[in-house]
Amino acid sequence: MAKAEFLTPELTEYLTVPHVRAETMAHSRPFVAKPEHQESVGYPGELMDGWEEKAVLKLGELVRGSRALQVFLDSCVKCGACTDKCHYYLGTSDPKNMPVARQDLLRSVYRRYYTFAGKYFPKLVGARDMTKDVLDEWYSYFHQCSQCRRCSVYCPYGIDTAEISMAARDVMDAVGLGQKYSNEIIGKVHKIGNNLGLPGPALKDTLEGLEEDVKEDTGVDVKFPVDEKGAEVLVITPSADFFAEPHIDGLIGYAKVFHQAGISWTLSSYASEAANFSMFIGSRHNLKKAAMRIREAAIDLGVKRIVVGECGHAWRVAYSFWNTLIGPFDFLDPNYPVPQHICEVTYDLIQRGALTLDKEANDDKVVTFHDSCNVSRASRMGNMPGGQFIIPRAVIKASVNKFHDMAPDTIYEGTFCCGGGGGLLTDDLIELRVKGAMPRMQALKQVVDEYGVNYMAAICAICKSQFTKVLPYYKFPMDMIGSVHGLVSTAIQLGTKQ
Amino acid sequence: MSAVTVIYALLFYTATSILVGGVAYKVFVYARTPQPLKIPTTPAPTTRTGVVWRILKEITVFESLFKSNKWIWLFGWVFHFALLLVLLRHLRYFTEPVWTWVALIQPFGIYAGFGMLIGLAGLWARRFLVDRVRYITNLSDHLMLALLAGIAASGLIMKYLTHTDIVALKAFFLGLILFEWQPLPTDFMLLVHLALVATLMIIFPISKLLHAPGVFFSPTRNQIDNPRERRHVAGWTAENAGKQTG
Ligand code: SF4
Ligand code: SF4
Repeated sequence: MAKAEFLTPELTEYLTVPHVRAETMAHSRPFVAKPEHQESVGYPGELMDGWEEKAVLKLGELVRGSRALQVFLDSCVKCGACTDKCHYYLGTSDPKNMPVARQDLLRSVYRRYYTFAGKYFPKLVGARDMTKDVLDEWYSYFHQCSQCRRCSVYCPYGIDTAEISMAARDVMDAVGLGQKYSNEIIGKVHKIGNNLGLPGPALKDTLEGLEEDVKEDTGVDVKFPVDEKGAEVLVITPSADFFAEPHIDGLIGYAKVFHQAGISWTLSSYASEAANFSMFIGSRHNLKKAAMRIREAAIDLGVKRIVVGECGHAWRVAYSFWNTLIGPFDFLDPNYPVPQHICEVTYDLIQRGALTLDKEANDDKVVTFHDSCNVSRASRMGNMPGGQFIIPRAVIKASVNKFHDMAPDTIYEGTFCCGGGGGLLTDDLIELRVKGAMPRMQALKQVVDEYGVNYMAAICAICKSQFTKVLPYYKFPMDMIGSVHGLVSTAIQLGTKQ
Repeated sequence: MSAVTVIYALLFYTATSILVGGVAYKVFVYARTPQPLKIPTTPAPTTRTGVVWRILKEITVFESLFKSNKWIWLFGWVFHFALLLVLLRHLRYFTEPVWTWVALIQPFGIYAGFGMLIGLAGLWARRFLVDRVRYITNLSDHLMLALLAGIAASGLIMKYLTHTDIVALKAFFLGLILFEWQPLPTDFMLLVHLALVATLMIIFPISKLLHAPGVFFSPTRNQIDNPRERRHVAGWTAENAGKQTG
């Protein structure tokens, strides 16, 4: 793709809802998966003959197997409440990025083939045949949804466009039209165990390097163990934590926390990935297959607990789906929830006084926190609803002196997506990513101007990579984004407690 | 027995069967369809009581809509609440003797007819005035509003302008219920009102009016947030769920 030419949206004083400008993003489409990527995840290599019929059948099958789809496709009243809730609409003005309009791309086809009104009065209810034009439109706009679920918070029936996008991508994959970025990555997880395709020996090398770095920095032997049988905790973290900035500071933070708390832990070279992109493409068998590696690793290593690192959708999969997909976890210590989020672990240790944190070490930073979509709207931490907002903030506030939240309607369950979630974190979608980040950048600008915020902490690998890339488009320094456990890592005083 | 009476009697039997049968079938489909994964929109209640409370708030005060958009909430809530009062008020035409509480809400029920119209007018105006809502509006959305407005308007016209023989009307409906048909008064406005109501009943189970049963079945709203504490399996996740390979 040629260097994308587009205008970065202006940040105004307040977020305004743009007027509809049709088709402004009709050209945005990610690279199509090659046959080998398709086949590595169990789908036909290319758009098959008779795909129209196959797609319609697949859609029917999906709806019959999902109460969510069944209810969502019937219930929308076109009230419009969701129309100004999607960051992609706010950033692009393209009406097909309004959640209800995105749903309608699929609903129109469902109606045509599976409902009375659509079969006999298609014009009246906007039902459409499954044609190549429709498929192209699906491919474009279902890859302009980061499955962030913000729309589902505000819909009076809880209609979740993410579910519809996942179904649409599943249908497209089933007829041979897949997205290169996601499918290639899922294939790597099946083959090697992580998104990066980083084999075991390379992983070990990287971690040894990290041990040396930390030793040099702190003078303390903080271990980064791999495949250590009998460790208490298996840490499952996004593979970006192994070397991407600023993710790696988070990983160092986890290691220091375990070190100071005296908890033995290990990574697994077999299950070296928390991310599970199969969710993005709505693929059941890939979702389960990728998750199963983790169960296998936990049993193999004989650990007692599983802790998940900083990653948004991975935490959703872990928290909401693991027990269903790869449970029951009767072989683990029943005294701990399975899985546990690293923030829950650190928070508990802070509560128990097991960590020594010197907030002043972070005094160069004025911090805000970006709630990641999947953590906020699709999971929980701790034992009360909303713990996913309280716990990471508590961890941050225990590590820094200066903290300011962004505007109330842009955090917690109303948080704005980073713009790169849901399998869209790829350079072929850079225009979409930059424009979709606008609402978050807007809210960030407010706290930058008002409080001098210079550090935005996050607990999601995708958010961190996405912001690193898009912050400069909005004239913010790219290293403004950081890990929550990066802050912990700086604050923690090793050697004070052993 | 006039032809009009026969036609309307048959119309209401048909409409009632379609409404009841159609909605019952849809409810059956919703109840039967599995929800394989846990997908409540969080923060979500962690107990069943909490979920009941969440849904109660959704159907009484439209909580999510309130968070979302105050105008739609205002018009939508006024319309629905007025509709409820109007429906309850109409029970007096189907019960003998009239229940006391139905008699008590009668005065409010009458004004509620205006409430319906105001709510509908607001919602309809948005379909023209707000470009985003205009974009997502189909012809069927206009027709639905026209139908509802027609029902409310014809009802109000009868109440305030062209009074109908309400005693005979009640006899007609009680007759339908008891299968002892009585003649239907034939004023024009009444026939229009009843025809529109029957139409609404017939299209209910094949239209977006399914949001009424749907709201109770929406997994993002009715699931308990307890996936770690209780293993959830259904549909495809229930297949081979017991036998893990590990
Ligand atoms: S808020 Fe819900 S019901 Fe209203 S238009 Fe959006 S999806 Fe449809
Ligand atoms: S899930 Fe998020 S990205 Fe997708 S339509 Fe809804 S608000 Fe937009």
